[in-house]
Amino acid sequence: MVMGYADPFETLFAFQRALENRFASDWLGTTTASSGAYPPVNVFQQGDDLVAIVELPGVNKEDLNIQAKGNTIRVAGSKSIDYPEDVSLHRRERLSGVFDRTLVVPMQVNPEAIKAEYNDGLLALFIPRAEQDKPKSIQIS
Amino acid sequence: MAEDRELQVQEKREVDKAQEQTRPLRAFLPTADIYETEDVLTLILEMPGVDRSNIDVNVDGGMLTIEGRIDFNKYEGLQPVYSEYNIGPYRRSFRISNRIDQDKIKAEMRDGVITLTLPKAEEAKPRRIEVTSG
Repeated sequence: MVMGYADPFETLFAFQRALENRFASDWLGTTTASSGAYPPVNVFQQGDDLVAIVELPGVNKEDLNIQAKGNTIRVAGSKSIDYPEDVSLHRRERLSGVFDRTLVVPMQVNPEAIKAEYNDGLLALFIPRAEQDKPKSIQIS
Repeated sequence: MAEDRELQVQEKREVDKAQEQTRPLRAFLPTADIYETEDVLTLILEMPGVDRSNIDVNVDGGMLTIEGRIDFNKYEGLQPVYSEYNIGPYRRSFRISNRIDQDKIKAEMRDGVITLTLPKAEEAKPRRIEVTSG
């Protein structure tokens, strides 16, 4: 879908459109804590597996708590913003606080093998599909 | 500070299309905090997904422009199945006064958050004026 474009701008635009098309689809179903909850999540497919990319700028790794059970993944934590003392604030748009969100993915996963990486303010969760859930090709006898 | 407040999603705001772009690409406004002390003005902008090599900070004619590009190679081979936020470059400009020592602006990037330190020019610092009796 995003491949096959020589022009990087075209690639990017195609990607933005692809995301737009998937915007708040019911793919995650009603089991996931309402969309619009913090932090926002994008889910991608990579072969048999899923990659969830969570937008969480400015959070300390130690303040993140990720748990997995069955096909449920919980991302909880807090984000704090410290202003130095004796400053006059001109603009304050960034928000701090706590969050707790649960994702239920519509496939069987191998919770032991979920990997999480936090880089540049993005939390990436690599969610491998359970071996028994992978489609098998059936030979015609 | 109310640290236990529940965080809310902030809808990403698109860059105002005052100047028509030739490409229909979307750029977003990073959320910003700005505060001032006696010596410095500090700007903090959130640009999740941007690493330090993809940031441009420019000062031109009193305009400070911060741009962050997304490395789309990281998304290669990923097919979107569900999305709650869009991805695109970040851009935001601020008019800064000449009270800022523009040669000494410093930038630091961490966890998708850039902190810009803008030191005030010497003459702009508040000075206590002694009243002498005449």
